Amino acid sequence: MKKIFSIALVLAAFASCKSNNGGNTLPVYGKRTPVTKTVNGQTATDTIYQTIPAFKFVNQYGDSISEKNLSGKIYVADFFFTSCPSICPVMQRNMLNVYNTFKADPDIKILSFTIDPKYDSVKVLKKYADKLGISGDTWWFLQGKKDTTYKLAEKNYLVAVSEDKTTPGGYVHQGYFVLVDKEKRVRGAYDGTQPEQVNQLIADIKTLKAEPTPAAGQ
Amino acid sequence: MKLKVVIGLGLLLVIAVISCRDDKSIEFARYYSSGSMIYQTHCQNCHGAHGEGLNGLIPPLTDSIFIKENLHQLPCLVKNGLKGELKVSNKIFEGQMPAVDLAPIEIAQAVTYVANSFGNKLGTVNVDRVNTDLFKCQ
Ligand code: HEC
Repeated sequence: MKKIFSIALVLAAFASCKSNNGGNTLPVYGKRTPVTKTVNGQTATDTIYQTIPAFKFVNQYGDSISEKNLSGKIYVADFFFTSCPSICPVMQRNMLNVYNTFKADPDIKILSFTIDPKYDSVKVLKKYADKLGISGDTWWFLQGKKDTTYKLAEKNYLVAVSEDKTTPGGYVHQGYFVLVDKEKRVRGAYDGTQPEQVNQLIADIKTLKAEPTPAAGQ
Repeated sequence: MKLKVVIGLGLLLVIAVISCRDDKSIEFARYYSSGSMIYQTHCQNCHGAHGEGLNGLIPPLTDSIFIKENLHQLPCLVKNGLKGELKVSNKIFEGQMPAVDLAPIEIAQAVTYVANSFGNKLGTVNVDRVNTDLFKCQ
């Protein structure tokens, strides 16, 4: 509960940032580190934003997927498991909307990480994707080590994923859809169970797509 | 004299039919509106707001022939869940529906809602019928 609250607080803080930005820019989530540089005798402070670290997972086709496969891509990440009886069907119904909007766009990807890798083998994930009507390489269902997935979720995607054996299905999670930009920075978190929030996510992806690509080395 | 009696009796019959139908439609309205709430909290996440299901994962509730033919099995299905192959709307499903923990009256309301929404029109499934059906669950 405390965790949920602190995440809500963080989200609220960033939500309030958003309005300060004005216009159509999306906030940047995560830690920021100021870096002071001296150039030509002048001191300048730069901000380094937190990014999604390197990772390696396997997708529903059995292919190995790492951050390299996502370089220059905008993507949406979420956490689920195929046997989830509670919020997952709603999340997938909403994510299908995102998929159908962007499936012809090679720069947009969807990554659904299973939090139950023991049951959700590559074979199970493939069957699930087939039944959901997913083909091609827009939407990947990813399986990796459970610890790695949880760490990535909690530390990097700001998604509260925690095991709770008392809930049917064995897990509780928050159902966030997390938006990551071309520079691996988290730019939004949306309640994946709410159709309106998912519409906002679709609009925000379009906004991100229109953002100028930063100069190399920046 | 005879005529008056006939008219009187006829009138009585009409009133009886009307009030009877009224009772029925009131009962139906009660079941249906409670059922709608139960559907939203216990079924909609899987079967969708319009009973559309979820592609090949969760069957739709719009196959009115299936619903009609299996109406008496629905209370058991809700109470005990369902697993295994199932043909709905000409598609094979092999998912798993968890048991939904509801009282018989709530099951009756939910089933009435499903049996009269999404293109289905089968009237009230009242609690007595549900209890009878539940008694026969395997
Ligand atoms: C966790 C998801 C889930 C929930 C919640 C759920 N169902 Fe189901 N339901 C399923 C699945 C999956 C099947 C197919 C099972 C199979 O393939 O054997 C199914 C099958 C059915 C069927 C028979 C097939 C059809 O589509 O007509 C009916 C009727 C039904 N459910 C009604 C309900 C009702 C009423 C509720 C709420 C009280 C409910 N379900 C809650 C997942 C769910």
